[in-house]
Amino acid sequence: MLSIRNLHAAIDGKAILKGINLDIRPGEVHAIMGPNGSGKSTLAAVLSGRADFEVTDGTVDFLGKNILELSPEDRAGEGIFLAFQYPVEIPGLTTTNFIKTAVNEVRKYRGEAPLDAVQFLKIMKEKMALMNMDQSLLSRPLNEGFSGGEKKRNEIFQMAMLQPKLAILDETDSGLDIDAIRTVSNGVNTLRNKENAVLVVTHYQRLLDYIVPDFVHVLYNGRIVKSGTKELAFVLEERGYDFIKNAVNEGQEA
Amino acid sequence: MKTDVLKVERAEVDEDRRTIERAVQSEYKYGFVSDLETDEAPKGLNEDTIRFISGKKNEPQWMLDWRLRAYQLWLKMEEPLWANVKFEPIDYQDIIYYSAPKQKISLNSLDEIDPELRRTFEKLGISLDEQKRLSGVAVDAVIDSVSIATTYKEQLAELGIIFCSMSEAIQEHPALVQKYLGSVVPVTDNYYAALNSAVFSDGSFVFIPKDVRCPMELSTYFRINAENTGQFERTLIVCEDKSYVSYLEGCTAPMRDENQLHAAVVELVALDNAEIKYSTVQNWYPGDKEGKGGIYNFVTKRGICKGINSKISWTQVETGSAITWKYPSVILKGDNSIGEFYSVAVTNNHQQADTGTKMMHIGKNTRSRIVSKGISAGFSNNSYRGLVHIGKTALNARNFSQCDSLLLGDKCGAHTFPYIEVKNQSAMVEHEATTSKIGEDQIFYCNQRGINTETAVALIINGFAREVMSQLPMEFAVEAQKLLAISLEGSVG
Repeated sequence: MLSIRNLHAAIDGKAILKGINLDIRPGEVHAIMGPNGSGKSTLAAVLSGRADFEVTDGTVDFLGKNILELSPEDRAGEGIFLAFQYPVEIPGLTTTNFIKTAVNEVRKYRGEAPLDAVQFLKIMKEKMALMNMDQSLLSRPLNEGFSGGEKKRNEIFQMAMLQPKLAILDETDSGLDIDAIRTVSNGVNTLRNKENAVLVVTHYQRLLDYIVPDFVHVLYNGRIVKSGTKELAFVLEERGYDFIKNAVNEGQEA
Repeated sequence: MKTDVLKVERAEVDEDRRTIERAVQSEYKYGFVSDLETDEAPKGLNEDTIRFISGKKNEPQWMLDWRLRAYQLWLKMEEPLWANVKFEPIDYQDIIYYSAPKQKISLNSLDEIDPELRRTFEKLGISLDEQKRLSGVAVDAVIDSVSIATTYKEQLAELGIIFCSMSEAIQEHPALVQKYLGSVVPVTDNYYAALNSAVFSDGSFVFIPKDVRCPMELSTYFRINAENTGQFERTLIVCEDKSYVSYLEGCTAPMRDENQLHAAVVELVALDNAEIKYSTVQNWYPGDKEGKGGIYNFVTKRGICKGINSKISWTQVETGSAITWKYPSVILKGDNSIGEFYSVAVTNNHQQADTGTKMMHIGKNTRSRIVSKGISAGFSNNSYRGLVHIGKTALNARNFSQCDSLLLGDKCGAHTFPYIEVKNQSAMVEHEATTSKIGEDQIFYCNQRGINTETAVALIINGFAREVMSQLPMEFAVEAQKLLAISLEGSVG
């Protein structure tokens, strides 16, 4: 469903991604791991259409469309969802109002009728139970005064509401305690099915104990330098990123 | 977001934004001109102009004398220059002070209104047809210098409520008008108020008798249509003991290249245990995107909480006008009285706004609350100016002020000028101010959820203004939200 070919991207003229190749099929979970500054979050940002980054080469095909030509909102309409590493606060805008607008905008893009208040509320209640969310969060301004755990839970809650085809989780585990990781992972796992896919971007292996990947890719210096199955994550956890760095720097396969 | 307490602050934006830039002006929806035959006074202002206006209205001698006295005082006054706005000097001899659409002298029913006039108001979304109207709202429609029609008059009269044009009030209720006109905003209050006192042509008059809660929203719709015309309306609302009214005014004007002056005066009087809620949705033509044309909105609005336990609440949504100069205020004279001011002021392109309030605490245990939200975009300048005065006699007075500014783009300015004068040590005065910008991050977050940038800005703006918008009567809240979004259309690109 997602096919990335030779993707190059830069910010302020500085190259960050230097030729990424990646294929994701429906039903799969892929993990992108790598040391700080390797380009992991840049990849997530470029896929979701963040304007700060300039794509200098390569293609990204998503379900037959070149998404690099689409605006971020149209990519969301096509079914790409990004769970943010740092969810943004919008004072005064209630979480409910925000999510209702998002759901109906995406439905509009897909040519579906907007949900009325009753339908929306029913779905929202279901998904809230799934994420074990406190109802009071929904009448509060979006992410304002939310704890780190509440923000991340709210991200996955939005994912549940929008039902994307490809969910990109950008460092979703950062700043979370083990209980919160469990709740968030549980949410993601419940949403998995044969038609959708997940791309997990993470520095640490521990999230992958809960969201078990089919493939693990190691990103270093803007390139995928090693791919494998979930066992690769354990090797990284044990030996650290240095062995990858050393191997790459010595000009050989790690 | 940073919070500054008791500090005059000025926020200019730095230049590091990519996504947020100045942009195109949205279409002003109410810019059309209606082809109406008018009856006008000759251009310019002198005693004859005032006699002409007074004569047109067949006014009693006392009213003419009042006007002439105001004119003489005005001649000796000077325009205030302290506001944070810039404009070319106004040529007061180049203005038409009276313009009225020609129609039958007296209307027996609303059906007799000139069809072109009726269409004008329908285009504005105001139906003068009572059956078709949103139930529960009575309307007084004022075009240029005169009131065209007032709906629901009979039903209101059964409760003893008077809701009519100011001209009619002068004829039919002279004692009330004489007692209260100029009692809150004296003729000499300021330059524009003095001018208004001399030449005001119409406006609304509301009287709610003792123990009556007005059962519907009262509203006045102001429209400037004619060229080179100034609009000078005068509104007076009196609430007797234990009475209540909620009143709303809306305003629009055609798109014209020259600036037009609108200098209104609004006076509110609340007696013992009375409450007045006054809401404004101001959408005068703001000028084009280069700053050409637009209305100068120089308005004096003041209410007095004369009786004990009385309450006056101002809510304003200011999106239009080239320049806004306006400080709806409350004199808290009665013990335990309450004054409130809720404001959203939006400026885009080259608009300038200097707006805020004055809360004058005189009685004991008086309380006031100020919530001001300024939104600046384009090359505009948006200033909050407010005075909280706690007099010697105001034992245990309380004030809370919150002034927030939101900036879109890097060419606009937001300014806060809070003045606090405390003459009684028991007072408690709090002031909070914040300045923030719509972040690229916020917009991208919305985009990523499928929400386009225009809608995202509308959501963010409405979130920012929520505390004020929630004060508006239900019937108008939705319209006002849309208006906020339209005023800022194209300001983020």
